[in-house]
Amino acid sequence: MFHISIYIEKDFKMGKYIINNNIRKFRFNNGEMTQQQLAEKAGVTRQTIVSMEKGKYSPSLELAFRIAQVFNVSLDELFSYDLKDNSN
Amino acid sequence: MSFQEKRNLVSLLSNLLISIIYFVYVIQNYVSGSLTDITDFRFWGAVILILIPVQIVGKIILHIIFTIINKIITNEDEPSFSDELDKLIELKAARNSLILFMIGFVISMASLVIGMPIALMFIILILSLISSEVIWDVSHLYLYRKGF
Repeated sequence: MFHISIYIEKDFKMGKYIINNNIRKFRFNNGEMTQQQLAEKAGVTRQTIVSMEKGKYSPSLELAFRIAQVFNVSLDELFSYDLKDNSN
Repeated sequence: MSFQEKRNLVSLLSNLLISIIYFVYVIQNYVSGSLTDITDFRFWGAVILILIPVQIVGKIILHIIFTIINKIITNEDEPSFSDELDKLIELKAARNSLILFMIGFVISMASLVIGMPIALMFIILILSLISSEVIWDVSHLYLYRKGF
């Protein structure tokens, strides 16, 4: 347990974690909502939705909540904090 | 390519285009001989002061033309607001731009200290001014493409 916590702390410091999201999946499940429609509902530009779906941008906590509200789901259904896949 | 990327690409090209046309015009009409021989402070002051409104007006005109052409071709509207991603990118681009201008400013002062001509100091200042504008647009493009 002690070793695991050390490894996790080391991984945090080395930035090995990444925020993944299921926005694309939830858009599809919500009547194939377009990126523009989601952007308008969340109060951002389409570019921001595109960047988030591509994993290029991690949203602020406020925006994360707004997107979760659009889909009526909780944050952990929409976002996950995972170890980076180094195989890519 | 998104609207923001296209807009910054147009801004980058218009910056370079306006600067080149402006300096070709100035050199052809107001400079006889070498640029580094000019020690008239009024000339250099005017070159820098006139460059700023020329850049602003030129960029506004080219931006309007770009928006109209883009609307005709893609039927895409310009975003009416800046969201958190735009603001973050703007902050980072402003930081990069400012760092480059400060480096240029320090080099221009250093050129005076080591006894280079006054004109060289102004040339370095003008170049750092234009480079900082270019870096502003390149940073925008890079950050929109790569993300962070």
